[in-house]
Amino acid sequence: MSGTAPAPEHGWTAALRRRLVAALPPEKLLPDTQPAYMASWVYVFGVLTVSSLVVVLVSGGLLALKGPAWWHVSSVGKYVNSLHLWSVELFMFVLVLHLWAKFFMAAWRGRRALTWVTGAIAFLTSIGTAFSGYLVQQNFDSQWISDQAKDGMNAVGIGAFWNVLDFGQMLMWHIVLFPLGLCLLSGWHVLLVRMRGIVPPIDALTPGPDRAPSGQEGRA
Amino acid sequence: MVGSRHELAGPPAAPVDLNGTGHYVHWGVVQISVANLVVIALMVLVFVLALLLPFPHGRKRG
Repeated sequence: MSGTAPAPEHGWTAALRRRLVAALPPEKLLPDTQPAYMASWVYVFGVLTVSSLVVVLVSGGLLALKGPAWWHVSSVGKYVNSLHLWSVELFMFVLVLHLWAKFFMAAWRGRRALTWVTGAIAFLTSIGTAFSGYLVQQNFDSQWISDQAKDGMNAVGIGAFWNVLDFGQMLMWHIVLFPLGLCLLSGWHVLLVRMRGIVPPIDALTPGPDRAPSGQEGRA
Repeated sequence: MVGSRHELAGPPAAPVDLNGTGHYVHWGVVQISVANLVVIALMVLVFVLALLLPFPHGRKRG
């Protein structure tokens, strides 16, 4: 080994790595402590949303793996199908509570506007995912819903592109495109929370450049 | 999804009759199913409890 200093790293991969590590150092990406004000049940709804989303994705993946002949007929298939439904119910339940909590906390404070926006868009994406899920139940319920939805889609001028009566198209949206978008948005949302830290209560004096008292934060 | 029953032993009976017409609350221009109203009431209740109930504290770090 020579005593010379290592050569400076060049190239876009090195630059990207430096930027990523600067924005999300390991202690921020996987923290082992949190501020004292996080000791409230209100802060639990976010992680409950992520947890229920994991169950939604795993149960949905099993349904995709085994197919409708399984989830309509076999007892285990029916159970996993119900698990998929109820994990979605729980997901929506805790997601809306998380939304209420963050709204009343004004959680976009402290350069967290993008965190709020990604969460809002993820919420809208989850609604689309759920609605397309209604359309692929293969029963009279989904037939009725698709008939009603068709009028709405036609009324806003996207009926030709977004054909809710096309089972195949809706199934693909439900099991590929919407979940992909939702996972990307949710991942981005969580990484932004890790970058900025959880939002402090209004008027709380907290240390750090991006956690100034309420009303004195920098713009997002 | 509601599939046809293939097993002899059916699922346990639901606490409410799911085979009849739905129950709705009519209040002026507002019309909402009792099921949805119950879910919304539960959400408000859980939100209020989350604000009021004490959170268990872990061990203090030195």
